Amino acid sequence: MRTDPIFGRLDWSVTPFDDFAADPSLNEFVATAAAAMVPLGALAVIAFLTWKRLWGPLWRDWLTSADHKKIGIMYIVLAGVMLLRGVAEGAVMRTHQVTALDGGMLSAEHFAQLFSTHGTIMIFFVATPLVTGLMNFAVPLQIGARDVAFPVLNQVSLGLTAAGAGLVMVSLVIGKFGTGGWTMYPPYTGKAFSPGPGVDYWVWAIFISGIGSTLAGLNIAVTIYKNRAPGMRFLRMPMFTWTALCTSIMMVYAFPALTVASAMLMLDRYLDFRFFTNDLGGNMMQYANIFWMFGHPEVYIVVLPAYGVFSEVSATFSAKRLYGYNSLVIATMAIAVISFTVWLHHFFTMGQGANVNAAFGIATMIIAVPTGVKVYDWMATMFRGRVRLSVPIIYLVGFFFLFVFGGLTGVILANPTIDYQVHNSQFLVAHFHNVLIPGVLFGVLAGIHYWFPKAFGFRLHERHARWAAYLWFAGFSLAFLPLYWLGLMGMPRRAASYDNPAFEPVMWVAAGGAMLVVAALLLTLWTFYSSARDRAELACPLGDPWDGRSLEWAMPAPPPPYNFHALPYVKALDPFTIEKAEGTPYCAAERYEDVELPRNSALGLWIGAASGIMGFAMVWWIWWLAALGALAIIGGLIARAFVTDTTRTIPAAQVKRDHMAFLSRVRRARPVDRDKETAPANMGLADPEVPA
Amino acid sequence: MTQAKHPGLNLGATHPEAHESSETPAFGFWVFLMSDLIIFAILFAHYVVMQDARAGGPGPEELFDLKSVAMQTALLLASSFTYGMVSLSMKHHDRPAPVMLWLVVTALLGAAFLGLELRDFASMIDEGAPPQRSGYLSALWALVGLHGLHVTAGMIWIGLMLALLALRGLTAQIKTRLLLLGLYWHFLDLIWIGILSVVYLGGLA
Repeated sequence: MRTDPIFGRLDWSVTPFDDFAADPSLNEFVATAAAAMVPLGALAVIAFLTWKRLWGPLWRDWLTSADHKKIGIMYIVLAGVMLLRGVAEGAVMRTHQVTALDGGMLSAEHFAQLFSTHGTIMIFFVATPLVTGLMNFAVPLQIGARDVAFPVLNQVSLGLTAAGAGLVMVSLVIGKFGTGGWTMYPPYTGKAFSPGPGVDYWVWAIFISGIGSTLAGLNIAVTIYKNRAPGMRFLRMPMFTWTALCTSIMMVYAFPALTVASAMLMLDRYLDFRFFTNDLGGNMMQYANIFWMFGHPEVYIVVLPAYGVFSEVSATFSAKRLYGYNSLVIATMAIAVISFTVWLHHFFTMGQGANVNAAFGIATMIIAVPTGVKVYDWMATMFRGRVRLSVPIIYLVGFFFLFVFGGLTGVILANPTIDYQVHNSQFLVAHFHNVLIPGVLFGVLAGIHYWFPKAFGFRLHERHARWAAYLWFAGFSLAFLPLYWLGLMGMPRRAASYDNPAFEPVMWVAAGGAMLVVAALLLTLWTFYSSARDRAELACPLGDPWDGRSLEWAMPAPPPPYNFHALPYVKALDPFTIEKAEGTPYCAAERYEDVELPRNSALGLWIGAASGIMGFAMVWWIWWLAALGALAIIGGLIARAFVTDTTRTIPAAQVKRDHMAFLSRVRRARPVDRDKETAPANMGLADPEVPA
Repeated sequence: MTQAKHPGLNLGATHPEAHESSETPAFGFWVFLMSDLIIFAILFAHYVVMQDARAGGPGPEELFDLKSVAMQTALLLASSFTYGMVSLSMKHHDRPAPVMLWLVVTALLGAAFLGLELRDFASMIDEGAPPQRSGYLSALWALVGLHGLHVTAGMIWIGLMLALLALRGLTAQIKTRLLLLGLYWHFLDLIWIGILSVVYLGGLA
């Protein structure tokens, strides 16, 4: 291939625009329109920021902020943007599939790119940042900490994740993405069969963002180990924090495997190593092994925090202590450990022999047991509780029905003999969407609705959000449950076209479901917009709109930058509920102290931008720019070592003044009981339900 | 505050604030090292799996020069000892000069190690054993090379610490960083012992 010393293998023929000019087909139109969305969307954002003069606040309050709450919110916004693209791709694929009897509107290569980017985006740039964002936001608040253990490292993690996401977005406009699916199995994705830049986009996006996720996990784990408030023993931690602890430990141990797998593929592709090639002793089974050593724990990495949200939600909205707290802790730990022993079930059919398959099949079935324990615990929490069917618990109820179904199909697939029959069929597609959407997405949506008032000081419109939840349920069910049927009829996954007319009507049903999912997403976005518009009537600045149980609900909403006016002393689980029951919430501290907070820093932005540029340059073989990016990363880290003035101090007097003002607002406010939870009267001061 | 709050060396005779402030970084760095250990563990496992994937290319008998490996081992172990001297002089002398001296000795030993390793790599290329030759050689180069990259990063870090010590002296922050660098340097020794046992001695056994 021709390479230019300055532009590498980059030239004017890489965008889809000229392909469309040369061949104005529907296929090229879809590619071109999608590619146009990226620069247009970026332009729209830039124009909006300029028009509203928001560059300064964006820089000061967000991009350079080391506040864990801001970073958590930015993670979720990033994931939201990527979710838009992921859902749009899903809808395009479903539309294609109704036309795909003996052909289809998209080319096979375009379809392959779509399922590859869709999977890559949904796993790495939607699910992972969503849960990382929730953990970042909520964990320090729940454990009585002022920030995470390493606030600037937190920025770097976000920067690396955003750089990976940026690379996947750029691939839409410049060049093409790989066609090897989200797992990018070699040897197909090796140099011999995929010489173009597509796989390199995946490799660099995953390598860079994977390191970011490792560091994010490290940060949260260390925060939970070291930054808990006095008295917050392990068995007094809220359940969400427990799941965050297990998830972050898993991130520390699982993501390195992904880093290794992608780096090895990188060496194969760039330096002709022979890890996974067909010739000279390469062994692709090692890729499958190493990738899934990460890949399976990843499933639980993203689902455990969702379980944590459901634990919080079931207790709060049932006004009841969480049933079986200890059993939930044990179940969470069990899942975290067992999830490292089941990876082989992703390739039962790849020839490792019956005994090995049996061992991993049994381990896979065992992991359903702690999950079952959790479902029963949440149901028992709701049983005879004072349940309010608010949006978060609606998601929990939807989860009960839909997720359990998906989990059961997982137990079916865990049996190697059945797996042989349905492997690589639509049955599998149905199964993993059936656990990831009701599990992770519903959990995260429940968490967003639950903590949104804490983050922004106003609630989300209940009515819109409920309809959105019902639409998600209906859309999911129609779009994915029929695929079980298709899979049993023998339709393979990732098939760009099919020749069996019996598949077509089912595809129409699934496409209808996809449209409902799009509608659900739009309605969810509308909920955010309309709630922001009506924030005056939805305001709950006193911070406890749901009669919450853990520490984060005792502070104003949004919380002050230092979170706690004084570090709380925790005497039991559900400390805030106990305070409210004893009639002692909202007390002045005996003593206010100066608070040290991390100063703003541009390091995260710098490292993120430099790694994004380095990744892009490597994809296109622009060696000088890649070297420059690498030097910028190293230089940034070295420069940071010379910075000594890393904290700022908020004087005790100001903390005291803020807190006194908050307390006097609380004294003046009228507590609201649970019947008026969604009424404008709910300013965030709860009239507590039956004690504990 | 009498008991050590982190699993590292005392940073001074009595310096409770330094202990307090280094507790979280030291623990965090341990977690990081464990994560790094997973990377090496996977590469070790991969190396073992690929031991026979030579595709007719050269193997341990033709490639390994135990004399050179023994010298590399001696150099690296000696550098771990001299880093121990860094820690001790940090604890017992509250001035930067001896600390810097031992850091320089450590860096020199590290550089000698890298020099020998590079010479071995060069001779492997000469003998027709570049990583592109076989799956086995890819695994070998990746594992040993990644360790070498770590040592290189450690050298840069030592240089950075020398600059900081010259500029600022032994502040609490710099002491904490020297503690972390020590963990890192000894960790690389540990990995090297693994490489020596599994790759070199195991390969020739």
